[in-house]
Amino acid sequence: MRDVAVIGVGCTEFGEHWGISFRDLFVKAGALALDDAGVTGENIDALYVGNMSAGRFVEQEHIGALIADYAGLATNHVASTRVEAACASGGLAFRQAVIAVASGMEDIVVAAGVEKMTDVGTGASVDMLASAADREWEGFAGATFPGLYAMIATDYMHRYPLTREQLAQVAVKNHENGAKNPIAQFRNRITIDTVLNSSLVADPLRLFDCSPITDGAAAVVVVPLERAREFTDSPVRVLASAQASDTIALHDRRDISTLDASVAAGKRAFSQASLTQKDIDMLEVHDCFTIAEICAIEDLGFCKKGEAGRLTEEGATALGGEIPVNTSGGLKACGHPVGATGIKQIYEIVNQLRGEAGARQVDAEIGMAHNVGGTGATVVVHILGA
Amino acid sequence: MSVSRFWRKIPQRYNLIGTQCTTCGRYFFPPRSLCPDCRRSGKIVDHKFTGEGTVVTYTVIRSASDQFEHTTPYVLAIVALDEGPRLTTQVACLPEEAKIGMRVKSVFRRVAADGESGTIHYGTKFVSAE
Repeated sequence: MRDVAVIGVGCTEFGEHWGISFRDLFVKAGALALDDAGVTGENIDALYVGNMSAGRFVEQEHIGALIADYAGLATNHVASTRVEAACASGGLAFRQAVIAVASGMEDIVVAAGVEKMTDVGTGASVDMLASAADREWEGFAGATFPGLYAMIATDYMHRYPLTREQLAQVAVKNHENGAKNPIAQFRNRITIDTVLNSSLVADPLRLFDCSPITDGAAAVVVVPLERAREFTDSPVRVLASAQASDTIALHDRRDISTLDASVAAGKRAFSQASLTQKDIDMLEVHDCFTIAEICAIEDLGFCKKGEAGRLTEEGATALGGEIPVNTSGGLKACGHPVGATGIKQIYEIVNQLRGEAGARQVDAEIGMAHNVGGTGATVVVHILGA
Repeated sequence: MSVSRFWRKIPQRYNLIGTQCTTCGRYFFPPRSLCPDCRRSGKIVDHKFTGEGTVVTYTVIRSASDQFEHTTPYVLAIVALDEGPRLTTQVACLPEEAKIGMRVKSVFRRVAADGESGTIHYGTKFVSAE
């Protein structure tokens, strides 16, 4: 197996892009990544594109070919593959690119993620996102995606000392970070009262506990570490790439409030990299809902079960804190174009490790990305090092 | 949900018929055709559940997909059947009545409909048994 490095990253602004099409979003992110990496289209051996549901959001399948075509690579006959694992599609696309390069099969590979969600109404969007869970036995009963995470929150708050205010602080902190991120969908600061006064979506979760519906795309270029210096003076190494599965339905989990796939993927990643939690300087976790960030911090082993709320309240996960979490603003404030999110996490970590994160820069040499599909049926964890 | 997709699970949805692995004794609802513990050495048979269970966790859905929007707010729960398996279901009660540990029993109810002229989806909901 070869060591792998990221040599370039690109990301569109996240938001409601009424005037930009699915394919143009991707092309924009891809061009930014290639510019950053200093490679040209002819150099690319393969593309892996994370996308959850273009078939339903924009009625387009065969995304791999479409993307290769509009990226100007069809006549090169580049190998292009779409990867899908609901909201973990981006993380999984990155992992496929890493595997392709590590194996020696490919040399210069682009991993990307794209989702165009605002071409359908909110009701239709809610229905599509519910297909990340079990359509026949959760969706059929009227389960929405926020509803499933709300049931995690109800169980969690019944068993552990998490206050409603601590949960709200996750969103407040992520908006604070988003305010410093030029690509974030929401760059406004909020208060705990903003969260507590917002409308209930699924008790106890309110509107400001939820990540938004977003259009966006992100892309990164990976190469064998031994070739990275041909392109850049600041390659970022991939120290671990781990993935784990669990039951598709929340009701079949061993423990409602623990994402066992996060625990498993986290352990595999630490073991691959021969690192522990103490070595990680920053985390990008999958905060599709505020409760999800609380669970992620604990399930990845950064504190015991029941402690992440207090840590968040004390500022340990804020930019200046002990372990900054979601410096990008997370899914909550940066936005959540589902297929692109996992790649945006890599984009953020690479920017941080290179010291190019501007007003939200933290002191970091090693970062971890945690990307969840569904309510935890797929989890992908990566560790990157400067 | 297409007509055939709904139709093929009518016994399971209407009458809470799941499965059991007679090799290890484990019950499944939603039904499984392969026991995750015994896999190919398991023997799967149908099993009708009593419909008695306990609320494990719940929420009140205030904002739903188009199919369910007109029924909001409704209580959605994970119910542990007395035989062991857990399922996601609606509990037909007022939002303030729902609580963890609540004893419930299954009832036959209209769940949703595919628009004004589509299939009406009947199925199982739960009500308080306290």
